Amino acid sequence: MANRTDNTAPEAARDAQTGAAPARSGLAGFAHAGLRFASRKPLGLAGALLLALMTFVAIFAPFLTVHDPYESFSGARQVAPQLDYWFGTDNLARDIYSRLIIGTQVSMLVGFSVVIISVTVGTLIGLISGYLGGWVDNTLQRLMDIILAIPALFLALSFMAVLGPSVANVIASLSIVSVPVVARVVRSTVISLRESMFVEAARAIGAGDVRITLLHILPNSFAPIIVMASVLLGLAIVSEATLSFLGVGIPFNIPSWGGMLGGEAKQYVRSAPWMLFFPGLALSLTVLGINLLGDALRDTLDPRLRGLGGRPI
Amino acid sequence: MGQYLARRLLLFIPTLIGASLLVFVLVRLVPGDPALLVLAGSSGDIPFTQEEYDNLRASMGLDRPMYVQYITWLGRFVTLDWGKSLYYNSLIVDELKPKLVLTMELAILSMAIATVSAIFMGVVAAVRQDTFVDRAIMVFSVTGLAVPTFVMGLLVLLFLVKVFQWFPPLGTVYIWDDPLTNLKTLAWPVLVVAYFNNAAITRMTRAQMLEVLRQDYMRTARAKGLIESLVVYRHGLRNAVLPVVTLFGLQTGALVGGALVIETVFSLPGMGRFLIESIQRRDYPMVEIIILIVAFAFVTINLLVDLSYGLLDPRIRVR
Repeated sequence: MANRTDNTAPEAARDAQTGAAPARSGLAGFAHAGLRFASRKPLGLAGALLLALMTFVAIFAPFLTVHDPYESFSGARQVAPQLDYWFGTDNLARDIYSRLIIGTQVSMLVGFSVVIISVTVGTLIGLISGYLGGWVDNTLQRLMDIILAIPALFLALSFMAVLGPSVANVIASLSIVSVPVVARVVRSTVISLRESMFVEAARAIGAGDVRITLLHILPNSFAPIIVMASVLLGLAIVSEATLSFLGVGIPFNIPSWGGMLGGEAKQYVRSAPWMLFFPGLALSLTVLGINLLGDALRDTLDPRLRGLGGRPI
Repeated sequence: MGQYLARRLLLFIPTLIGASLLVFVLVRLVPGDPALLVLAGSSGDIPFTQEEYDNLRASMGLDRPMYVQYITWLGRFVTLDWGKSLYYNSLIVDELKPKLVLTMELAILSMAIATVSAIFMGVVAAVRQDTFVDRAIMVFSVTGLAVPTFVMGLLVLLFLVKVFQWFPPLGTVYIWDDPLTNLKTLAWPVLVVAYFNNAAITRMTRAQMLEVLRQDYMRTARAKGLIESLVVYRHGLRNAVLPVVTLFGLQTGALVGGALVIETVFSLPGMGRFLIESIQRRDYPMVEIIILIVAFAFVTINLLVDLSYGLLDPRIRVR
């Protein structure tokens, strides 16, 4: 704040401005940018399609199951994949395909909820912290430091140990550990934008702090926030699966990918490998899709990584 | 350097205190009275008298104000006076020692393998950009990032069981008893954890090297007649390695998570698996100590990373 009138905007600020979303606005601009992204980044497009498929499965899950995912079918314990049971059955004679479909719903619900909550809260903290500076910034950053001082998965696990297994608790724990990551990124972007020419211009025509933050700084921070959101989505889905695998995430009576891999499943690695194979595949494909999309988004949106040949790193 | 060191240490202590405060508050959020838990056992059916209950509350310090409890608690942690486990009825410090050693072995070995292989692979990929070698290394690391550690562990287990009829050993041999058998048991878990950590470091090294390879000083080094390997490793890698060092600190966090799940997959009696078991047994004193050890270790490693950063890059010290 002290250097508000300083005309020498940091180099990072200029980079961030040139790297911001194209000036073309509205739905047409959005569609245009999307098409350009798809044609330049085939891997990113593949990732986006994978993620779209998983989201589709999650939304229409009740129509996609072929058996009751909770029912044990008599005489069908650990049946290998076949026409009746596409992905086989588990040790309690339940249809693995139908359970996977419901598991997709759980994974996507947790993933998107965590991203929405942590990006909203983290962006708010980052904006306040970066724009106001001073003791507010210091206090907020020390708080974030404390959360970051404990490895994320470990901290989420500790929360779950205290709160007990439930879908809402998984979302809450993973959101808490994700907030500081978003807050950091937004804060550093805001600091680099705070001294830029367009903020100064807005101030010169008499815009207030809230208006400058929300209408000038925030839209110019979208690029790093979108990239961050894609990274967090992948992390949240893997973390949920890991917690459920360890038996402290989604309660065992709700089918989840991690839960299907955990518990007793390991004992049947020899007799019924399909019990491990299909949930593992679903999880890996989803994460792969999100990573590919995230890489392509970062290449497109993050100017610091440009000039590396324009290929995914 | 002295000033940089002092400034960094000044930040380190509040972070440690903050982290310990977080753990302290977290475990006290557990519904129920800790004294009740000790007396009635984790199943809650052991009979006791009111007098026993009051005495225990007093000896545990539960009747004193929160801040006094926190200071005593922190003092006891620092002096390794960790008390007794609710489940084992033995000292926590004795229960944890062998498990801590096993987890540290796992962590150090996999981090060493991951870092060395990743830096080498990253440099090779960057130098041979866009060739088959580069693409193969990138596919390898993209896969490593996409397949979660525990899924990879389960796949390796599946493979070992199906192909080699190999099963994870039931008993555990500690390194001071029989180092060779100990390393044999750890080999697969170490490789799985190393694979995951390798992926991120490889990509970072490659990206940094690509940037450095285009610098003017690289051309100068070549122009003065230096052989290519010296150009790449002495002039290139040295400049590319700095952000990789930062990543190393962050990776230790992922490593802790990796150890946590891989110990469960391969039935290794390390600290991660023990934490899960302790949570399921509601052995909260044990849970608390394990989380605190991990937090302190993580903060300390990141301090060391920051300090080495200062050593490696003179510009950081001045700032």
